[in-house]
Amino acid sequence: MTRETHEAYAYLRHDKRFPNMWCAGCGIGIVMGSLVRAVAHLELDKDQVAIISGIGCTGRMPVYLDFNTMHTTHGRALAFATGLKMARPGMTVIVVMGDGDALAIGGNHFIHAARRNIDLTAIIVNNSIYGMTGGQVSPTTPTGKLATTAPYGNVDQSFPIAELAKAAGASLVARSTVYHVAELDKLLVKAIQKKGFSVVEAVSYCHTSYGRLNRAGGPVDMMRALKENAVTVKASAKMSTEELTGKIVRGLLHEADLPEYTELYAQVIAQAQAQAEEGQT
Amino acid sequence: MSPRLLQGNEACALGALAAGCRFFGGYPITPSTDIAEVMARELPKVGGTFIQMEDEIASIAAVLGASVGGVKAMTATSGPGFSLMQENIGYAAMAEIPCVIVNVQRAGPSTGLPTSPSQGDVMQARWGAHGDHPIIALSPSTVREAFDLAVCAFNFSEKYRTPVILLMDEVVGHMRERTELPPTEMIEVVDRVQPHVPPAWYFPYEETSADVPPFASFGEGYRFHITGLFHDRAGFPTERLDEIQPWLERVFNKITRHMDDIIRFQEEWVDDAATVVVAYGATARSAREAVKIARQGGRKVGLIKLFTLWPFPGELFRRLAHDGKRFVIAEMNLGQLSLELERVVGRARVRGVHRADGRLITPDEILQTIRRRSGRTES
Repeated sequence: MTRETHEAYAYLRHDKRFPNMWCAGCGIGIVMGSLVRAVAHLELDKDQVAIISGIGCTGRMPVYLDFNTMHTTHGRALAFATGLKMARPGMTVIVVMGDGDALAIGGNHFIHAARRNIDLTAIIVNNSIYGMTGGQVSPTTPTGKLATTAPYGNVDQSFPIAELAKAAGASLVARSTVYHVAELDKLLVKAIQKKGFSVVEAVSYCHTSYGRLNRAGGPVDMMRALKENAVTVKASAKMSTEELTGKIVRGLLHEADLPEYTELYAQVIAQAQAQAEEGQT
Repeated sequence: MSPRLLQGNEACALGALAAGCRFFGGYPITPSTDIAEVMARELPKVGGTFIQMEDEIASIAAVLGASVGGVKAMTATSGPGFSLMQENIGYAAMAEIPCVIVNVQRAGPSTGLPTSPSQGDVMQARWGAHGDHPIIALSPSTVREAFDLAVCAFNFSEKYRTPVILLMDEVVGHMRERTELPPTEMIEVVDRVQPHVPPAWYFPYEETSADVPPFASFGEGYRFHITGLFHDRAGFPTERLDEIQPWLERVFNKITRHMDDIIRFQEEWVDDAATVVVAYGATARSAREAVKIARQGGRKVGLIKLFTLWPFPGELFRRLAHDGKRFVIAEMNLGQLSLELERVVGRARVRGVHRADGRLITPDEILQTIRRRSGRTES
């Protein structure tokens, strides 16, 4: 296959942006590929797609993508995206974040975006660590694991992203890994299509920081671990809590039809305008 | 429009609407909350959108997102919220995103005196965000000026692609005055320049003769990148000195080359004055009264009421100092804009009237300083 005929080619920026800045073997590029394939599959007009990110390794993703792209401040991508979506309800607004970006500094925005059920697609690339700053503990670092800021082992509990999103009011919650790419593609298609706030956790790894600190091996070993530790939603239903410890449940975890925020606000506009007209007559 | 009793915060909101503001993202905080309440009620009537965000950081972020979508957007807050917004105000300066931030100042630091006035955020308005960046800050002293300067703030932000801070204070925000608003057709409204070139030729951060490149909205066919990193003319991150330095020069030029347009002030009795009283915001009301009384007493005193605080009107005061005038500056802080004044007037004498205890400076306090200025002793 030549470069020009590759499916992703039409969605990438070719003016001096490549090679990308991620470590060789990183999973973030896989998620980017998945996102491009999902958008291509849905045949979305590139002019009507916005990709918004925060800060961190994943935050660098939009620069490579040929859409309306915005690399915002740390943790605030969902708040920026909320404003854009309110201003342009017709646009497809996709937010890409890392685990620290989405759940530590951005945790409040995350639950409130879910609570509003605003039509955004939030993709969280979860590598369980702060990669760009060199391996500090994140809200999804498993308890007991090492990080440069948890040199004696992490004592924090990790955030259950899916449960958090569901409880806060998201319309769709899904999870897959950078090993199960075909599934990730499909889940992203579903999430983008879904009216309302949808969350896709893409479980990845950071061999450079997390892998080295925790002796988890290189990218191949960590990829293999994703393959071996992931179980489907269906299979997980038959497993006990003990059996599920340390496993990654993958697939569509939650879906509900809930009123969407910009649609509700359109009703507010209609109501306010009707009342104003009544007042005038 | 016939005169009516109007509150400063209301007037600010109405001014924003008249300027074309169609998005408000905010978080309740005394003494600014009335602005959010008016916007929540009025915006949907004109097809705009209001959203109460989860905090002030999210509020300014949503404002910037809406502005990138091509909608004129604002937020309103007070000291504690203004502090929280600083990082994203810096982002707006870096990414050159038009937006208006209203700060109805209350006494601080910290929670301070939530229902008492202050002018303690003057320096924060200038330097609150980290790094060197241009900024415009305006300050009204009457209800009518709150309306006019809200319009002006939007016009500047659109014209110069920059965040504009409207520094109100609790007195001007909560005060009600008989106010006559200008008829709609008399209000000058400026919209950001849109590109007219094919998308492939569009560079959102290009050096242009006007210093301000056109700003395309997301969703209009100009797919480009916005980042808080230093960036090249296309918006892509750069570490090249030959791209960083021109950017810095251009964003400062877009303010410094247009000082004649941006610097707004009002002067009274300045020509023959030996002493010029400088004030802004609510303090300017007391200053005017003090100057009037001093004039009646035969003292040669003039008044300069500043609307534009940043960029500081240095040239104006340099000229007055050159003419041999002395200065009294009154502000509800322990000396913020007075530092700028002292800096620009060289050896001319500057005496400050300051208080930061949440009480308005009275005409009498200013008068006492004017009298000391004149070298006469009180009997």
